[in-house]
Amino acid sequence: MSTQDINVRQKPAVAATGGNTETLLATKALTKNFGGLTAVDSVDFSVTEGEIRCLIGPNGAGKSTLLELITGQLSPSEGDIYFDGEDLTGMETHNRIDTGLSVKFQSPHVYENLTVEENLQVPLQRTDRDTETVLAETLERIDLTEKADVRASELSHGEKQRLEIGMAVTLDPTLMLLDEPVAGMSVDETADVAELIRSLHDDGMTFLVVEHDMEFVRRISDQVTVLNQGEIFRQGPIEEIEADEAVRRIYLGENA
Amino acid sequence: MSESVDAEASVLDRLRGRLEGPNTYGNSLPFWAVFAVVIAGLALYPQLVGVYTVIQTSRYFALAFLALSLSFIWGYAGILSFGQVAFFGVAAYTFGIIGLNFSSATEIMAALVGAILVGTVAAAIVGYFMFYGGVRDTYVTIMTLVIALVLNTFMAQTAGSEWAVGVAQLGGFNGMDIPSLTLGIGQSGFVLERAALYYALLAALVVTYLGLRVLVNSSFGLTMVAIREDEARTRTFGYDVPFVKLVVFTIGGALAAVGGVFYGSWGNYIDPTVFGIAFAALPVVWVSVGGRESLVGALGATVLIERMRTELSSGIGPIGSEWALVIVGGLLLGVILFMPAGVVPTADDLIARLRDRRTERGQSTNTPEEAIE
Repeated sequence: MSTQDINVRQKPAVAATGGNTETLLATKALTKNFGGLTAVDSVDFSVTEGEIRCLIGPNGAGKSTLLELITGQLSPSEGDIYFDGEDLTGMETHNRIDTGLSVKFQSPHVYENLTVEENLQVPLQRTDRDTETVLAETLERIDLTEKADVRASELSHGEKQRLEIGMAVTLDPTLMLLDEPVAGMSVDETADVAELIRSLHDDGMTFLVVEHDMEFVRRISDQVTVLNQGEIFRQGPIEEIEADEAVRRIYLGENA
Repeated sequence: MSESVDAEASVLDRLRGRLEGPNTYGNSLPFWAVFAVVIAGLALYPQLVGVYTVIQTSRYFALAFLALSLSFIWGYAGILSFGQVAFFGVAAYTFGIIGLNFSSATEIMAALVGAILVGTVAAAIVGYFMFYGGVRDTYVTIMTLVIALVLNTFMAQTAGSEWAVGVAQLGGFNGMDIPSLTLGIGQSGFVLERAALYYALLAALVVTYLGLRVLVNSSFGLTMVAIREDEARTRTFGYDVPFVKLVVFTIGGALAAVGGVFYGSWGNYIDPTVFGIAFAALPVVWVSVGGRESLVGALGATVLIERMRTELSSGIGPIGSEWALVIVGGLLLGVILFMPAGVVPTADDLIARLRDRRTERGQSTNTPEEAIE
């Protein structure tokens, strides 16, 4: 435990995306206790504008909890969350979304009984963007133009995942939170999603992606944060993280 | 000349555009043709049948507001209330209390507004505590039923003379007198009774039905449906879900209250059975049978089931009304087992499938067979 504590004090890596290094999202000493278990333990974490930051770690590391604290599904036991200069900590989920966050959860949560187009309309109608243009553009982007009038329940797993990313994107967020966007996907489907994320990133969207699949992480990102037992274990460029013995140990679940 | 015709056509198209959408059944010209014929038929109906039938039909119309109210909140937003009768009854009692204390036509019109307002506010208060208190799903059903039953018990013990508001005696199980709806200014007014009440109800019902169609096919309707389908996900798109549910529930309460005022003034009487479990169950039956996601289904089922209950009650003899309830219960079970979505959605599905099969066959066959057709 004590050696890990020392590791946690590592300085967060500066994002390598051009000259733009403004912090978009920051957590300060963020802590979440579930009874006796500390799922997130005094985490100081930040996402810089314009980057694709991946959050990795073994099962139970606190990745999803951290995400739910950011979206407001859970409220923290201690600590604060700042986004785009605003203190989100006490805010309701729906108000947080209005500050420019958007989220896609692990399992697809599309509206099964609505058509693809109606699914996209639910988030889209909250914005003042032009419905026709954004719909056409988003359908094109997620490659579901031909299935616009199909019920979501008739889509494949990969199509549902793409649709849900599309739904989150219609809000035109500053920061997009993705929880395991390629879970349960085939190799081809994974490649499609990676391409989708890259193209949105090229258009200026910042991402925070929770992911297990290292191959996928390598494709989309160069900045990685490793979470272990609720604490930040390592942060840095992907090559460094992958070469790190200690990371490999915890990731493979071997005891040191 | 032709320009004005075009303009007229485009206004009609726009109107249809707002009335139609994925959230309502009946989005075709044939539907509107049948709709117009049915309305015309109902408008002529009082000329064709006796006064007794007209009066009975008015009662079904008053109850249909209760069905629209439940179809709206349950079918579209997924809020199953077992206690819409509470707001219905509260409005009826309020109308009676105000109407008995003030008797001029203007004051009775004020009583109408006041009663609907009280029923609506009651729904808003109940809704506020439920939805902001995190009460969901079945617990909403249980809570609303309990509210109705508590009112039932409470009103039943108001027989004593101390339970009076001004000159209005609440009357416990004996019930309370209620004045007839009156339109007018000052002392003289036009009393809505018999055929006049029938026409007032018919007009109010048509306006309400069309208004609800516009609402459920609007962006607000899509929000309701999104909440029904997946509440948690809808919140993470930035929707204030408790607030939307509160608005929906309050509109539902207002609709029930309108029905309650009509119902009370129709019979010039109201008693605590309006809050009882047997009456509270009826809207759930009408809406389940007609199809909870279908406003027109809810309307049709209410009128037909209530008409059947009336016929059975008078047809079989003294125990007829008990038998009618048993039959209505059986009908509910049958529909839930064999067409869980209700009659209208099932029929719509069937028609769509038949049409699909026809076009498929039409495409796959060639000319010789077409000649036979």
